[in-house]
Amino acid sequence: MASDRFQAPDYYHLDDLLTEEHKLIRDTVREWVKKDVSPIIEDAAQKGEYPIHLNKGIAALGGFGPYIPTEYGGAGLDQISYGLIMQEFERGDSGLRSAASVQSSLVMYPIYNYGNEAQRMKYLPKLASGDWVGSFGLTEPDHGSNPSGMITNYKDMGDHYLLNGAKMWITNSPICDVAVVWAKNEEGRIHGLVVERGMEGFTTPETHGKWSLRASRTGELVFDNVKVPKENLLPNKSGLGAPLGCLDSARYGIAWGVIGAAMDCYDSALRYAQERIQFGKPIAAFQLTQKKLAEMITEITKAQLLTYRLGQLKNEGRATTQQISMAKRNNVDMALNIAREARQIHGGMGIIGEYPIMRHMMNLESVITYEGTHDIHLLITGMDVTGHSAFKG
Amino acid sequence: MKILVCISKAPDTTSKIAFTDSNTAFDTTGVQFIINPYDEWYALVRGLELKEANGGSVTVLNVGGADNDPTIRKALAIGADSAIRINMEPKDALGVAKQISDYAKENGFDMILCGKETIDYNGSQVGGMIAGYLDQPFISNASKLDMDGNTATIERDIQGGKEVIQVDTPFVLSAAKGMSEPRIPNMRGIMAARSKALVVVEPGAFEDTTEIAEYILPAAKGACRMVSADNPAELLDLLRNEAKII
Repeated sequence: MASDRFQAPDYYHLDDLLTEEHKLIRDTVREWVKKDVSPIIEDAAQKGEYPIHLNKGIAALGGFGPYIPTEYGGAGLDQISYGLIMQEFERGDSGLRSAASVQSSLVMYPIYNYGNEAQRMKYLPKLASGDWVGSFGLTEPDHGSNPSGMITNYKDMGDHYLLNGAKMWITNSPICDVAVVWAKNEEGRIHGLVVERGMEGFTTPETHGKWSLRASRTGELVFDNVKVPKENLLPNKSGLGAPLGCLDSARYGIAWGVIGAAMDCYDSALRYAQERIQFGKPIAAFQLTQKKLAEMITEITKAQLLTYRLGQLKNEGRATTQQISMAKRNNVDMALNIAREARQIHGGMGIIGEYPIMRHMMNLESVITYEGTHDIHLLITGMDVTGHSAFKG
Repeated sequence: MKILVCISKAPDTTSKIAFTDSNTAFDTTGVQFIINPYDEWYALVRGLELKEANGGSVTVLNVGGADNDPTIRKALAIGADSAIRINMEPKDALGVAKQISDYAKENGFDMILCGKETIDYNGSQVGGMIAGYLDQPFISNASKLDMDGNTATIERDIQGGKEVIQVDTPFVLSAAKGMSEPRIPNMRGIMAARSKALVVVEPGAFEDTTEIAEYILPAAKGACRMVSADNPAELLDLLRNEAKII
């Protein structure tokens, strides 16, 4: 990939609303992405490899568990900082953001919030330092949008639990050291269990042939009579609300993250439009190009304002699941549309790896589906404003 | 080991350069400021490495207004222990050097490190002037600095080779590329910077010795003429008759 000339758009001077620390955190991550991620990410995506050496850099920055308290190895930051970090990671690549997002919101978050002190001390520092990779098992082959129908289950065998079932579409599954797995007990209630690599009967086959999130590892979590020690059950929350609480945090990170992908596409398209000469003038001078660019910056600005306000609500503990759904849905759709329009502006150059456009576009096809599909998030908003569920039986 | 690192702010290299007040002042509208890279990447980071190896403290010092505080906080986030801001708008190198040396005289440092130049005015003067005021040795353009007790071994890149110098503390040094690898602050450093001291000191009396008469932008780049690769005669004609360089 050519040198990273990214300049972030800030049309409404949103920087004025950020604290000096927010800006320093964001600029630090931005600098790291330019230095360590941009030069290698295209090649990693082309080869279908997760550049795992970046985990040390993510950890050194504090990107694993930014809002987890420092006594557990986290960085103790607020939610706007977390959002800005995700934005900058995803400016690099959605796969990188996914790795940080899964580790932070889907693994460290439930261990911190639903685990006991011994579990926190055992897992969180190693996850924060990047020594361990975590994954999160909720989705099953036959239960995606309807997780409450899951069939993965465990039985109380007296001195341990016996876990059976399978999870699918799991980021980092092939390389994970620990997995937070959601399974039903004998009464049908959902609980979280920490399953560790090496437990007999636990395997993590990789999903091959992806056209999206190629710089990220995806696979299954398969449990065939896995004996899980009783102390690995997360004791402090159960029911579907427990994994959904993790998803709220992760979706919030996605709402910020995709702004990064959109900004990268816009920035590249704006520069290309000014440098590409056709009919004797830059294509930026043509009305149809300007329409695309003007709509892009408008949508990015709206998304920035949405997430900033959502961040304030999250800091105050007032952000609802429904508000987070709206932001995730709106912003991913915004980013995907911008990636497609940016591809048009780049013409043929838009399909090759010299520019980040096609990689972002293909990544966003996953992001618009994972952690609640585009349609399900719409129905969550619909249910919230009408009081009627259009997707529950 | 007490180390003072002088940091200056400089416009980010992507900034658009413009002037105000009849071309006598730099127009800072919309300009992003950073720590002058030579100060940050080489002077500050080498200072921190020496502190980490030998103990002691690193204080960063900036001469400037309150709008420099975010820039100074970044130096604290990278690892400096404390920061001093001498509260005045810098006018010229002599004034800045006088304020820094007055502060250093009062507080006593084993070494004073600064970058070899700022990337905006490129004066390369302040370090030498501080050394002059303090009557201390000055080593400019240093690419390596090692300490053994109170003795420093310093390398300078010179025409066609290197010069190796030994000097005892206290001394003043200006740092160039090669001194260290740039460091990126981490989140913990950024959070810790919040609780580190940033002390504002009022400047001592000093009469400016220079004033800016005018800034002039370089001439704009001429338009680029493309000549077809299969028409070398046209190229020769243009070089001979239009550019008149052959």
